Amino acid sequence: MAATDVGPVEGAPARGDITAHPPGLAARKFKDATFVFWGILATVIGLGTLIALVWDLAADGGHRVTADFFFSFPSSEPAEAGILPAWVGSILVIVTTALFAVPIGLLAGVYLEEYAPKNAITSAIEIAVNNLAGVPSILFGLMSIGIFVQILGNAARYPDFIPEGTREAMADLFGQSILTAGITLALLILPIVIVATREAVRGVPQEIRHAALAVGATKWQATNHHVMPYALPGVVTGVIIGISRALGETAPLIMIGGLTFVAFLPITRPGDATFETIGVLDEYGAAIDPTAVETVRIPHDGIVVLPDFTEQAVQAGQVLELPHGSTIQSVATWGDAAMTWLPGHWLGSEFTVMPIQMFNWTSRPQAEFLEIAAAAGLVLLLITLLLNGTAIWLRYRLRKAIKW
Amino acid sequence: VERDFTKSKARWGERIIEGSLFLAAATAIAVVVGIIYVVVSESTKFFSHVSAVEFLTSTTWTPLFDNPQYGIAPLLTGTFMATLVALAVAVPLGLLVAIYLSEFAGHRTRETIKPTLELLAAVPTVVYGYFALLFVTPLLQQWLRPFGIELPGFNLLSAGIVMGLMIIPYIASLSEDAMRSVPRSMREGSYAMGATRLETAFRVVVPAAVSGVVGAVILGMSRAIGETMIVVVAGGQQPQMVLHPAQQGATVTAFIAQVALGDLPFGTLEYNSIFAAGLALLVLTLFFNFVAFWLQRRYREAY
Repeated sequence: MAATDVGPVEGAPARGDITAHPPGLAARKFKDATFVFWGILATVIGLGTLIALVWDLAADGGHRVTADFFFSFPSSEPAEAGILPAWVGSILVIVTTALFAVPIGLLAGVYLEEYAPKNAITSAIEIAVNNLAGVPSILFGLMSIGIFVQILGNAARYPDFIPEGTREAMADLFGQSILTAGITLALLILPIVIVATREAVRGVPQEIRHAALAVGATKWQATNHHVMPYALPGVVTGVIIGISRALGETAPLIMIGGLTFVAFLPITRPGDATFETIGVLDEYGAAIDPTAVETVRIPHDGIVVLPDFTEQAVQAGQVLELPHGSTIQSVATWGDAAMTWLPGHWLGSEFTVMPIQMFNWTSRPQAEFLEIAAAAGLVLLLITLLLNGTAIWLRYRLRKAIKW
Repeated sequence: VERDFTKSKARWGERIIEGSLFLAAATAIAVVVGIIYVVVSESTKFFSHVSAVEFLTSTTWTPLFDNPQYGIAPLLTGTFMATLVALAVAVPLGLLVAIYLSEFAGHRTRETIKPTLELLAAVPTVVYGYFALLFVTPLLQQWLRPFGIELPGFNLLSAGIVMGLMIIPYIASLSEDAMRSVPRSMREGSYAMGATRLETAFRVVVPAAVSGVVGAVILGMSRAIGETMIVVVAGGQQPQMVLHPAQQGATVTAFIAQVALGDLPFGTLEYNSIFAAGLALLVLTLFFNFVAFWLQRRYREAY
């Protein structure tokens, strides 16, 4: 091919001057550099929001985050109000959530990656998981009202073949309870745990499975002993992110009746006063059958208040005949308190959680309540950032540590 | 001893394990069915008292009045306005961040900024609500006053802006993933032709990654539509036809939460009305999920 020399064009740069060639390059490079500025600006706005959030909450409520704040009940007096029932409730709800979400999500993820055949049911499950991830959280709340509060929380709606005692006991556990809240949040974060598990399991090379199977391991042995240990850190990362999401969820718990003002704890602390009433009381606090008596073995040192309000000191081990309407009052020991920490004791209890407590204070007009709302928000925000930071760090370590 | 290795032993343990794994996975289907069942069955009770025509065409939503009116339109305008504001904030910012991180930033910058930005999506939404009500709204009131605009204390503008900041990571992160998966050879082809990074980004990378980018935007939008606490706290709770963002107004989600905050009167029409609103929300979300899925199919570039 013959090169045709057209000769120097008017206005064009001299031949060989590559810095000035082609025309308009300087303008294009300038645009290129300007974009970097805009890109950094957008990033700074994003990161600035995070800083503004922490700064705003700390400025408004930082001075209220004291030990007293953590160990006081909410109160109509903002200066004395605290978040004790809120964080205790959050912990109990989150424990319940994890008890459901972790095993179900883990097993489901393993099934989809290792076991699932290619058929219509498998793709239905996959579509369900993908869609659940995009369903607004408030719809999970609506589902819970319909199923766990209205049906399972209502003994009259149980089928007849279940014995009546069981029906009552189950209905007590559901309803507007910690169990319902925990299950709701577990279903909400299920897609997060499933997707994290699938990614972690998928990342384990085929050779590991083949080696295990080749020496005679069954499919489950290969999965459980050889794939899972390598996948575990990835699963843990997903679980932490899910838990942090559940911790901040407000809307679905408002739906199922999380309380906005709570002056009790679902569990007992050592040293708390405990009250045990003998017999069944009517709505005014009087015994339904005032003449009835019951033989009671006193569990701890304390006092007995008879229906006529006379008090009597009692000691552990005494066996007394008490009329209905009496109360045995004592101070909980470590042993008593620990007994109430078993799930059976608190699963059916009503509850509040940190975000609901914060929401309640935010919706009050008085400035003092906004201060403690900010304080509660600061605590919640820092816990969330800490959890997510841990997950990010784990993921980073993971990427560095394992090179297949 | 002669052993027949061709015969497969019935391993009951393995079968039971496989069965329980399947049951765990099937939970996902059960939840979807549960949500649809509850929302549809309770809405059916609602629609036996209120005609679907009134629900879709009336422009007043006053379920708590003596003469209740059930038109979903005010709630939908509230939801759309808040979502629109959120997208107006999140799409430009999210895409700028995505293009910057994918095409301009170095490896270390990207690996630091991306997870940090993702923290924005992890912040509890009630905290965002507080931020919108007590930080963004006063700030906007101050800025808009010189222009003669008096912003009410509750408004969809600040709720929408904060929602937009919340969904930046969804849009930025997923778009960036899509852009990064565009093969290097395409960029290098473009550079070889003398294009700058900016020209390569806008004329080669973004068009090639468009399905992922659009999917990311729709996912962010779907988040904004379903977001509850920010609008409950900062957007106001009075349902009205929303025509501009400086108004206060209730969204679909805000209405549902507001009714639930009172004593839920089980079995009444008011109780059923939150499920009808929930049905509208479910249909909207599933519709956008479907559109995102379809777009990704339609415009997928295979390399």
